[in-house]
Amino acid sequence: MTTDTTDALLEIDNVAKSFGGLQAVQNCSLQVRRGTITGLIGPNGAGKTTLFNLISGFYAPDAGSIVFQGKRIDGLPPHRVFHHGLCRTFQVPKELKQMTVLENLMLVPTGQAGEVLGAAWIMPWRVRQQEREAYDKALDVLEFVNLAHLRDEYAENLSTGQKKLLELARAMMTDPQLIMLDEPGAGVNPTLLTSLMEQIERLVAERGITVLLIEHNMAVVMGLCDPVIVMSNGEKLAEGTPAEIQQNEQVLAAYLGGQNR
Amino acid sequence: MTIEAILSSGILNYLVGFLIVASIYALFTLGLNVHFGETGLINFGVAGFFAIGAYTAALVTKPLPTGELARYTQQALGLDQPFLVGVIAAAVVCGIVAVLIGIPTLRLREDYLAIATIGIAESIRLVFNNEQWLANGSQGLVGIPRPLYDLVPPAYYNYIYLGIVVLILAFVAVLLERMIRSPWGRVLRAIREDEVVAAAYGKNVFGFKLQALVLGAMVMGIGGALYAHNAGTISPGVFEPVFGTFIVWVMLILGGSGNTKGVILGAFVFWAIWAGTQFATDALVPPALSARAPYFRFLLIETLLVLMLLFRPKGILGEERFVSTLRPR
Repeated sequence: MTTDTTDALLEIDNVAKSFGGLQAVQNCSLQVRRGTITGLIGPNGAGKTTLFNLISGFYAPDAGSIVFQGKRIDGLPPHRVFHHGLCRTFQVPKELKQMTVLENLMLVPTGQAGEVLGAAWIMPWRVRQQEREAYDKALDVLEFVNLAHLRDEYAENLSTGQKKLLELARAMMTDPQLIMLDEPGAGVNPTLLTSLMEQIERLVAERGITVLLIEHNMAVVMGLCDPVIVMSNGEKLAEGTPAEIQQNEQVLAAYLGGQNR
Repeated sequence: MTIEAILSSGILNYLVGFLIVASIYALFTLGLNVHFGETGLINFGVAGFFAIGAYTAALVTKPLPTGELARYTQQALGLDQPFLVGVIAAAVVCGIVAVLIGIPTLRLREDYLAIATIGIAESIRLVFNNEQWLANGSQGLVGIPRPLYDLVPPAYYNYIYLGIVVLILAFVAVLLERMIRSPWGRVLRAIREDEVVAAAYGKNVFGFKLQALVLGAMVMGIGGALYAHNAGTISPGVFEPVFGTFIVWVMLILGGSGNTKGVILGAFVFWAIWAGTQFATDALVPPALSARAPYFRFLLIETLLVLMLLFRPKGILGEERFVSTLRPR
């Protein structure tokens, strides 16, 4: 894990979002540096998942800007954000239930000629060739996350932990600059969790992908992430190395429900 | 019996008529399968596309009325074009209407599309019922030309038309199956399962939904055109929701939503049951109650639907496990 490089891949500047009277995110500014595994923690309701939804285009911010690789992406619809090289997973696994594990993955690659209506008639060779590539890649990824034996199973039949792995696997089917993982470890058993953490580290080390992850499991956060960013009441409260965060009075107060921090 | 006697016998004639109508319904079912079976779009307005297809084909292929008939027919246009031009026009007009319906409704939650399509189908029927300038209002259009009518004696014509309908059905089914069982169809199925995931992985959900809506509507339009040429006469009463929409849904669910072969099978099996219940009610219902017999049929059919949903919710065939047939095995 190198944090020498200082260039910001993702810059969030003064972003705000409210739902009716509830200010979910406010004055939120933070940066994710290239090549890091940045952890995003905070008490329930701190606005972490809302921030993910703002970055990935599911919500448009009320104010502020989100810049990814030098380009503003706030207000773009999710499918356009994805094509900027930013990929996310979901806190509650969103497996495509009545589709096989393999096809959950084969859906993902960009630039599939076969996604054009009628392409299967007009240029079947090209579609077949791309299907072969997507198939091989999907098998590789499934080996990577130990789901290869379940490739022809309907995704709905997977266990919760396996669905979490499927979320990660889907994200790995593309070559994003940034993967945002929303609680990748929740509901995953300890053995699987260890392998999940290794896999995330390998993503960064071997493929140069930057990771931003939300996690409540402190063992995961402290073992994996540097830096760690703490959110509370919709804004950034602190940022630092895991050790610094563990010593931070404000953070401890926020986690203990401190009203008078 | 000679061949001629067999061909013109009552039972065979009934059977051929049965197969023609079942094949036409199979086209509606194929269209609805693109909408609901593959993409999850809830279209309760099949009857609307049915009507537009039928009226378009009629107006494109019929000549303008002349002589005595012209005094009783308010027909805005009669292009006197060949059969296939009418079929293609029916598909194109239905596609355009689908774009107009899709643009305001497809970005909304799926239930809005369901509500909108019910309303639009009923509006289309009521417009045809009340207009007095386009297609002769509630009296409808008569004398819709029949393709290749002079080829054989009229008594045998139904065999020719059955051939035409089956050819078109087979063409559409093969065309659709290949399109659906490809990466394009995989995106549709992903949208059906969870459109948030499809969007998060870069798919333009609105664009794909619109393509599916238009394609399915065009197939329904072809079905409507074939209906018009088979009946020879159409009027707004034909396009009531029960026969235009409801039974198409039953066929889809019965045969296996999401499976091209299944939904065609569903259309034939349902239409056989529907015809069978007519004989059953004729035999079982005492003459004093015969006026109410149609409701007994509905009761039988709806019982069948409920039993199907309870015990075999995926239909007779169910959908194939893999979408793309172009992937390696």
